Amino acid sequence: MVAMTDSGTAIVTLPADTQIVITREFDAPKHLVYRAYTEPDLIARWWSGERGEVTSVDVDLRVGGAWRYVMKANGGFEVAFHGEFREIVPNERLVTTEVYEMPDDFPLAGTPEAEEGALNTITFTEVDGRTTLSTVVECHTKEVRDAIIDSGMEGGMQEAMDRLEQVAVSLA
Amino acid sequence: MVPDMARAATTADAFNAVAEPRRRQILDVLAGGERPVNDLVEQLGLSQPLVSKHLRVLREVGLVDVRDEGRQRIYRLNGHSLKPIHDWVRNYEQAWAERFDRLDIVLEELKGQQRNRPKPKKAKPKKKEQGDGGDDG
Repeated sequence: MVAMTDSGTAIVTLPADTQIVITREFDAPKHLVYRAYTEPDLIARWWSGERGEVTSVDVDLRVGGAWRYVMKANGGFEVAFHGEFREIVPNERLVTTEVYEMPDDFPLAGTPEAEEGALNTITFTEVDGRTTLSTVVECHTKEVRDAIIDSGMEGGMQEAMDRLEQVAVSLA
Repeated sequence: MVPDMARAATTADAFNAVAEPRRRQILDVLAGGERPVNDLVEQLGLSQPLVSKHLRVLREVGLVDVRDEGRQRIYRLNGHSLKPIHDWVRNYEQAWAERFDRLDIVLEELKGQQRNRPKPKKAKPKKKEQGDGGDDG
């Protein structure tokens, strides 16, 4: 049986034009959060959220090693991210590049800035057996930052369509 | 007065208006309650004309409202017009919230595995005591 914990939702802030900060507290010690964050079979179980199924996870967990996650979103299209580890302090801190593999119809798709992506610093901070996971996403440009936020929109397309449908019905 | 050359490019909508860090500062201050212009000038340490210019941009996209009180102009945040920005970020936030809810489930399982794992036994002779119900029944 699985106990659901209500540790609170993700908090996203935009402290600067090129930054995104995502924080969340978990009811678990940091070595377990680190495992769930770095082991492919565990990543595959959470990374897609409710928006699809993870179809592939590769993680070469060493400095200079590459990772790539792919999910098939509920709308049928693929959403993929990849990157390269720059710094690894087990159970404490990860620094990695992150490139959102943008759909071709994104204005930035294929541009050098999009290929460069972002630099993520992920920290695991434990207090009294609870762990705060904090990700600072530092983008090279505001446009890339905005495109990454739009990726939430991509994954959420199905929900957006559902909402649109509701609105359309209410107008009828 | 300085000609307002940048205005056309910056006032299209709320998204553009908040792209300017000083305008975000103004919104942060106004989030704490309405303020006369002079207060804003003081708190932000910017010149009065500059603050006025930013306030005008914010007003044009509907991010702030203004009212006159005596000789003072009082500005306040119009939270409603921040909604498109909120919605935009919210979708991304929601995606992470869903992921982390699933991560919670994974972590509960990992914690369970850790608890159930047999602990390495120390070679310590176990003393039998009265009242230790372990072997009873």
